[in-house]
Amino acid sequence: MTRWRCPECGYRYDEIAGDLHEGFAPGMKLCGLPTDWTCPDCGIIPAREFVPDADGRNPEADKR
Amino acid sequence: MSTAAALPWKDRKRYLWIISAVLPALPLLSLALWSMTRNDLSLWLTLLVVYGVIPVLDLVLGEDRSNPPEEAVPALEADPWYRWLVYAAVPLVYLTVIVGTVFAMTAELGLLGYLGLALSVGWIGGAGINIGHELGHKKGLFDRTMARLSLAASGYGHFQIEHVRGHHRDVATPEDSASSRLGESYYRFITREIPGGFSRAWRLESERLARQGKGPWTPGNEILQPALVTVLLYGGLTLWLGWQALPFLLLQAAFAYTLLSAANYVEHYGLLRDKVGEGRYERPQPRHSWNSNHIVSNLVLYQLERHSDHHAHPTRSYQALRHFEDAPQLPTGYFGMFLVALFPPLWRRVMDPRVLAHARGDLSRINIDPASADRYQNGHRPVAA
Repeated sequence: MTRWRCPECGYRYDEIAGDLHEGFAPGMKLCGLPTDWTCPDCGIIPAREFVPDADGRNPEADKR
Repeated sequence: MSTAAALPWKDRKRYLWIISAVLPALPLLSLALWSMTRNDLSLWLTLLVVYGVIPVLDLVLGEDRSNPPEEAVPALEADPWYRWLVYAAVPLVYLTVIVGTVFAMTAELGLLGYLGLALSVGWIGGAGINIGHELGHKKGLFDRTMARLSLAASGYGHFQIEHVRGHHRDVATPEDSASSRLGESYYRFITREIPGGFSRAWRLESERLARQGKGPWTPGNEILQPALVTVLLYGGLTLWLGWQALPFLLLQAAFAYTLLSAANYVEHYGLLRDKVGEGRYERPQPRHSWNSNHIVSNLVLYQLERHSDHHAHPTRSYQALRHFEDAPQLPTGYFGMFLVALFPPLWRRVMDPRVLAHARGDLSRINIDPASADRYQNGHRPVAA
């Protein structure tokens, strides 16, 4: 599983791409994000409460 | 009645939201009045509306607890009309700040008129923070840029980070500088909230930039970006109109700050989220924000007062916010509550019994001001519930 979603607002975190604005380099695992970090869009959901993205099967990721 | 139920739902407030969008022009109306009458009292029109007319209308017209049906919400959220009504207010905020300052510097105003104008412009700075609040919760770059512009008019550009990443994360906990505590007066809250907001925003933004491998003093700092807009706006007006413009601008901005503090003060007074583990709190629920369904003040504030739904679902747009039966309810709208907050004994008389009732008398489920804890823990009940 590499793609995760905020269950409140739908923000997506893809471990392969990371999130450069948030300062997470490509390849950064969800479990490696800071414990006090919350979803950048709604602000209320910590990373540990993110859910697997429903259509999160990234074909590029499967090839690797 | 069954035929009525079969009709598609229509938003009866669709065009009434124009009221929120034109509010920032209210001081311009008072300037037009002054030009006709040369009476300084006309510059108090905005204050008369927000502290007189709107609180009275809230009491007279009361509440609207109706919600849009859930099946109508996706279309309601997607309708660009509602977004444009918020964008349209941003240039009006700037127009009012600029025209108001020019007027204060060039018209022959007495102290009464000068003060009325400064407070009126400050109110619109406060409205600009409300506009920035609505837009700052949206995901698009345009919305977030407009949000920062709207906040920059009153020098409050750090609010976007402070609010979304700080306040929403920590709301209704002792850790939150923007959640007022039982027993804490509005005046004491201001001295905790304003510096607390600046420092939390700076810390959060510094952490983000540090993860990017940068220090805080970089053009990518999203607190410094809107601060630069404020410096250009206030600096430009001061260069143009003379140094006397600066005290006017600082006075109205300071008043705008206290208005945001007033909103934060009434929104979560005494409310506390349960701990669900070491240093962790339950997710924000409607019961963690005071709600108000008062019709008129909501129409002026893009439904900010439906605050319980806002904190439970922060990215929901203003036009789609709902009333929840289990949310604690304010006795009147924000404008009336702002007036009550100015008199701490009255505030405690009105609000403390409501906080205690909401917590079913369990002090461990209330966010209590440590300095006032004794008063409540010694069995003293401010006013019988």
